[in-house]
Amino acid sequence: MKVLLQHRVDILLFILLFAGMSFALYMALIGAPTEKTMGDIQRIFYFHVPAAITGLTAFALNFVASLMYVFRKNRWWDSLALSSAEIGILFFCMLLITGPIWAKPVWFVWWTWSPRLTSSLVLCLLYAVYLLIRKSFEDPDRKAMVAAVFGIVAFADAPLVWFSIRWWRDIHPSPMLETGNLDPSMRPALYTCMAAFLVLFLYLLRRRFYLEIMRNKIERMIRRTDTIR
Amino acid sequence: MNYLFAAYMAIWILLALFLFSIHSREKKLREEVERLKSILDKSE
Repeated sequence: MKVLLQHRVDILLFILLFAGMSFALYMALIGAPTEKTMGDIQRIFYFHVPAAITGLTAFALNFVASLMYVFRKNRWWDSLALSSAEIGILFFCMLLITGPIWAKPVWFVWWTWSPRLTSSLVLCLLYAVYLLIRKSFEDPDRKAMVAAVFGIVAFADAPLVWFSIRWWRDIHPSPMLETGNLDPSMRPALYTCMAAFLVLFLYLLRRRFYLEIMRNKIERMIRRTDTIR
Repeated sequence: MNYLFAAYMAIWILLALFLFSIHSREKKLREEVERLKSILDKSE
């Protein structure tokens, strides 16, 4: 019964994801008006911003799950932390690739060491280190604890990413929704893409999380078979 | 227009690679489950 319900949720999420991403693509590439100064290049914005927000959400989830693991010592939280870190890296890779592709024709450089760009790169690298740390421990409990502590410390960079364009002078555009710089005709496309990325995040998190739960079960089975042998 | 195409392609390629990586890890785990099941069955 539980498996059947999970299967139905999977199918529902996949249908929602397919419809959402198709509509988001339509809105980003056709539905939204062409920006006057940058032209069609500005359409990268509709996937670039949701990738940033979803990535930060994933790292925030890693932070909460890591904290929970430190206090509860339950592997469920460790699995959630690992899954969200991997997905956060995926979204930040999207961000760090689409950003320079947008920057080249607009700023005439692929990359500049501005506070927003640098702190984003550092955050992505910190979570890559988080994954590497996990590979360097054999004992699962020790691995989970060290990774949880590192995850909590690594998240300290996330507020820097968020506030960098508010605190320091930066070549990166200011937060358009907060400052009201985004034209109202562009908002439906951005909101659609954000909703689609949220569904994508839930879909990926669900799949990655169940993979980790399955891996933990198999580890326990291996220990059982070792005792039989 | 080329930059726009490159950006969107990069996103889809990254997503496809991640999904492929999850799928292959799931497949490996399923194979491992089958192997362990056969060991347990033999022992019982």
